[in-house]
Amino acid sequence: MIDAKRRLLLKGSLGAGAVGIAVGAGLLAPRAVLAAWPEAAFKATDTATALTDLLGTDATETSDAVKIKAPDIAENGAVVPVTVESDIEGAKSIAIIASGNGTPLIASFDLGKDALPFVSTRIKMAKTADVVAVIQTESGLLSNAKSVKVTIGGCGG
Amino acid sequence: MASKTKIRAKSTNGVTTVKALMSHVMETGLRKDAQTGEVIPAHFIQEVTAKWNDEVVMTANWSGGVSKNPYLSFKFNGGAPGDTIEIAWVDNTGVSETGTAEIK
Repeated sequence: MIDAKRRLLLKGSLGAGAVGIAVGAGLLAPRAVLAAWPEAAFKATDTATALTDLLGTDATETSDAVKIKAPDIAENGAVVPVTVESDIEGAKSIAIIASGNGTPLIASFDLGKDALPFVSTRIKMAKTADVVAVIQTESGLLSNAKSVKVTIGGCGG
Repeated sequence: MASKTKIRAKSTNGVTTVKALMSHVMETGLRKDAQTGEVIPAHFIQEVTAKWNDEVVMTANWSGGVSKNPYLSFKFNGGAPGDTIEIAWVDNTGVSETGTAEIK
């Protein structure tokens, strides 16, 4: 039974071209799906480049309207809970950045029309650094930062 | 890749709060296997799409910097008990998973 399918697949490949069949079979489909993933931004090694690649600019205005909840001291740098919240009108997206990581951009959340500017997740932090939240609005980027101490290793030394 | 996404969604005063726990190794691609010294390849959720009934309320793009077994919480205006919340993710290898739950 498997042979029959293989024969059919190979026949089809010769006929329509292997690439065409692969796409049809969904093997190459993931590439198309992932085209939207902002690879350059996530591979950027500094915050400014990451923001420019993600949002088109790195010009941010520090604002207390961007509230970051994160522990003062994170016992485990692999799991640092971060919540970003705001009551800003017209927030379009929220980005979370760990300034001390090799690639600082951690996550970006695009808010649908009914979503509130609120996200909570857990991130990895390489070392003690600022967690930066950037909220994109119609009029520009608002940001804030919270310093989180990371104690690596059991005894925190 | 084991268990499904766990979702809890509750509606209070016209605002629905969704809490989800996804099951995923979230490898950054920077770790080395302690035994062999080989780099463990990057394997992490890249995109998450959250829907309320048929409406997309939030999409997220992630890196390997999100912790293993990702937790995600978000809120939106609307939602009533019985409505469906759907959370779907796709990882960098093209694997995807979808979980659904009803708003309580």
